[in-house]
Amino acid sequence: MKHVRTIIDKEWSEVFKNRWVISTMTLLPMLFVAMPLVMLYMTTSSLPVDLPAESAGLPAGFTEVCAGLTAGECTQIYLLNQFMLLFMLMPLMIPTTIAAYSIVGEKTTRSLEPLLATPITTVELLAGKGLAAVIPGVLISYAAFGIFVIGSLLLGLSTAVINYILSPIWLLGILVLGPILSVIATIVAIYISSRVSDPRVAEQLSGMVIIPLMLVMFAVLAGKLVININFMLIAIVICALLAFGMLRLGTVIFDRENILTKWK
Amino acid sequence: MIKTKNISKVFLIGKKQEKELRAVDDLTLEVMKGEVFGFLGPNGAGKTTTVRILTGLIRPTEGTAQVAGYELGRDDTNIRRNVGILTEAPGMYERLTAEKNLTIFANLYDVPDVQKAVNKYLSMMGLWERRLDSVGSYSKGMRQKLALARALIHEPQILFLDEPTSGLDPEASKTVRDFIEELKSEGRTIFMTTHNLDEAERLCDRVGIFQQKLLTLDSPSNLRDQMFGRRVVFHLQTMEPAWVDLVAGIAGAGNVEVVDNKLVVSLKNPEESNPVIIRALVTAGAQVQFVGVIRHSLEQIYLEMVGSGDRGQA
Repeated sequence: MKHVRTIIDKEWSEVFKNRWVISTMTLLPMLFVAMPLVMLYMTTSSLPVDLPAESAGLPAGFTEVCAGLTAGECTQIYLLNQFMLLFMLMPLMIPTTIAAYSIVGEKTTRSLEPLLATPITTVELLAGKGLAAVIPGVLISYAAFGIFVIGSLLLGLSTAVINYILSPIWLLGILVLGPILSVIATIVAIYISSRVSDPRVAEQLSGMVIIPLMLVMFAVLAGKLVININFMLIAIVICALLAFGMLRLGTVIFDRENILTKWK
Repeated sequence: MIKTKNISKVFLIGKKQEKELRAVDDLTLEVMKGEVFGFLGPNGAGKTTTVRILTGLIRPTEGTAQVAGYELGRDDTNIRRNVGILTEAPGMYERLTAEKNLTIFANLYDVPDVQKAVNKYLSMMGLWERRLDSVGSYSKGMRQKLALARALIHEPQILFLDEPTSGLDPEASKTVRDFIEELKSEGRTIFMTTHNLDEAERLCDRVGIFQQKLLTLDSPSNLRDQMFGRRVVFHLQTMEPAWVDLVAGIAGAGNVEVVDNKLVVSLKNPEESNPVIIRALVTAGAQVQFVGVIRHSLEQIYLEMVGSGDRGQA
């Protein structure tokens, strides 16, 4: 565990000395918190409060979610359904910034060889690099969600909308699925980072891990998918299995010799 | 301390890995405890690959080795625990301070008292005053000193130095060389690759000249004697052609050449032959002004063995 802590400490010492990385890691969550709050603020004052949900003209599959709500509340929940996915996008994007650089960065600065020459095991090295990326991603996502909840309360949203934000669907999504997605994104980014020779390529390729989640967002936006508790539970199980498999595979395919000799 | 038996390393290269590159071929050698061993060879000879194999970073394709008493391929973690490596490029964490760099490695090597070890090596390397500066602001020589400190932080039994003075200015090279001499006097086992033959001659107990294969292996002085014998120059006031045959006929003397008024003779044992030759020359009427020895440098031996061509990186 001492080796893992040392790697985390080293990664953070390096990352947090880079102002640009810090900016990337903080600006994005701020934007993701501001966007839904602005949208909620604008819709709170402009949407009708006395019409039934059916009159909001939302996709047919969505009206079940809005049973007993007004058209205004239903519209806000419909919009939230899309924006809440941003809080799951954060733990995907933030770790990628750190993890994509983690191996290829050491290759380019020639610090990988002395590091691999220490008694650190492959599992310890990957765990250290991975956790150094996952922890800030998850913590920032949690903090962003917390700020969003506080902001929503301050906006004076209706109890139904607040309840929707704090419903098991999104608590599971943000507090459970988010970290799992973060682990998957980190493993992919570290794998890519160990295979390429240019940090820019690593970052670009690693950025593609958000594509599946973007597809989900588009499906929600198009009214083809309604995120409910079943969807969330199934997603958690599938992603957890995927993350576990990738963790096992990662330690097998991370070959010190190839990484050291086949990258020029 | 280091024992290799028929070590070979083949890399598969090309887009489809269809070609084989034999970087190390059938390397058998032994480095004793406390010995400073110089591993010499041109660029691309396989020196760095050998160091990487012996430090458990890459696997040999064939052969076996024992490093610090541990079997290569079976106890690699223990090998890494007991060896220190100065890589060809220092590879420091440039955003971090020298102190932080050493602390990280002291922790990774499980050094019992991290702060004490870090302080010791920062002081020893003359980096104490700059310990809180980021390594990015260091000169090349300072980085190399820091990299040496990193290699030594866990007090390894064996130290691998890959081109320790490469790219350094004369002053920084001297500092590093002096430090290696200090390590030598402490009785550390050092395996050093270098291009600097003068350095190898000065520091190494034995040298191996290597080009994929080990071409020769011995102490620099023995290599010199084996390759060129010992050449002695007799400076005479005048030269008579008959004296050449006279000297050539003396037991132990060979390859007699005349250069101006000098007789250059290869001798197996100059201590025994010199008085005999001088007596014979004086008896024959020669006036011997003085006698000297031609010392062949390690560079001449090296060039004789490997040629002077640069083969590019493997």
